Amino acid sequence: MKATILVRPKPGILDPQGKAVEDGLRHLGFAVDGARVGRLVDLEVEATDPDTARAELERMCADLLANPLIESYEIELEEGS
Amino acid sequence: MTEPRPRVAVLVFPGSQDDRDAALALESLGAEAALVWHAERELPDVGAVVLPGGFSYGDYLRCGAIARFSPAMRAVARFAADGGLVLGICNGFQILCEAGLLPGVLRPNESLSFVCRDVPLRVERTDTPFTSRCGPGQQLTVPVKHGEGCFFADDDLLAELDEARQIVLRYDGDNPNGSINDIAGVVNADGNVMGLMPHPEHAVDPVLGSTDGALILGALIEASSDQQLAPASAVS
Repeated sequence: MKATILVRPKPGILDPQGKAVEDGLRHLGFAVDGARVGRLVDLEVEATDPDTARAELERMCADLLANPLIESYEIELEEGS
Repeated sequence: MTEPRPRVAVLVFPGSQDDRDAALALESLGAEAALVWHAERELPDVGAVVLPGGFSYGDYLRCGAIARFSPAMRAVARFAADGGLVLGICNGFQILCEAGLLPGVLRPNESLSFVCRDVPLRVERTDTPFTSRCGPGQQLTVPVKHGEGCFFADDDLLAELDEARQIVLRYDGDNPNGSINDIAGVVNADGNVMGLMPHPEHAVDPVLGSTDGALILGALIEASSDQQLAPASAVS
């Protein structure tokens, strides 16, 4: 099954990369605010059913893909794939 | 008769950079340094472990996030759980945080720029095996060189660290990376694992501009010799 994991800096955590991107966009003349830069991981997970896949993905996020001190994550699963 | 020298392991990950410098500094201060490849499942008989600076596994995902799964790190975790002394420098500090052996996390520098310069540090605790040779409040000059050294902990964790006196070093008037509360080095609750962003191994010789790093590494060697002594060398 195909899955996409979105990792974001938690609200309130200073995100210097987001700030730099925001400044860059403003220099280009765009009126933007609140830019935050996260990470996207696409992968295929081998699982017999969506519930098992979801449980596996949760563990992947907790163990490696996100650091819970500073990052939140969202899991999207393409169940038809 | 040659005095037996305390043995200290220096871990080597793919992408480690300061492993040889750390070994050289330890040897110059009287220790026997044993380089340990990341694939090793057991540590040699040592009194302390140093995790050196660099870019382990390319620092992909987050600094230190991949290195923590290496076989040698599992051995280090067992060593630390048994009370063994572990010092993480720069990337080593990042690995220890990701491994959960130290609290907090190191984030990209607030400036987003790589910093490389001598910084003043203030010693907040002298009753650790890493700072026993320093005086209370002593100012040290030790270089930093990193892109991701901004220590972060949320308010609850910071209160815990203050309460348990786990903050050992702070930047003193020149915070190079935006670390919260100027934190430069912390220990675990038991006091046997320490991490710091500055590089003591680059400050052990007057030719490098400072010898203050020798206070930290020297203390570690001294403490490690209480825990373990290498067999006397063949030279007598």
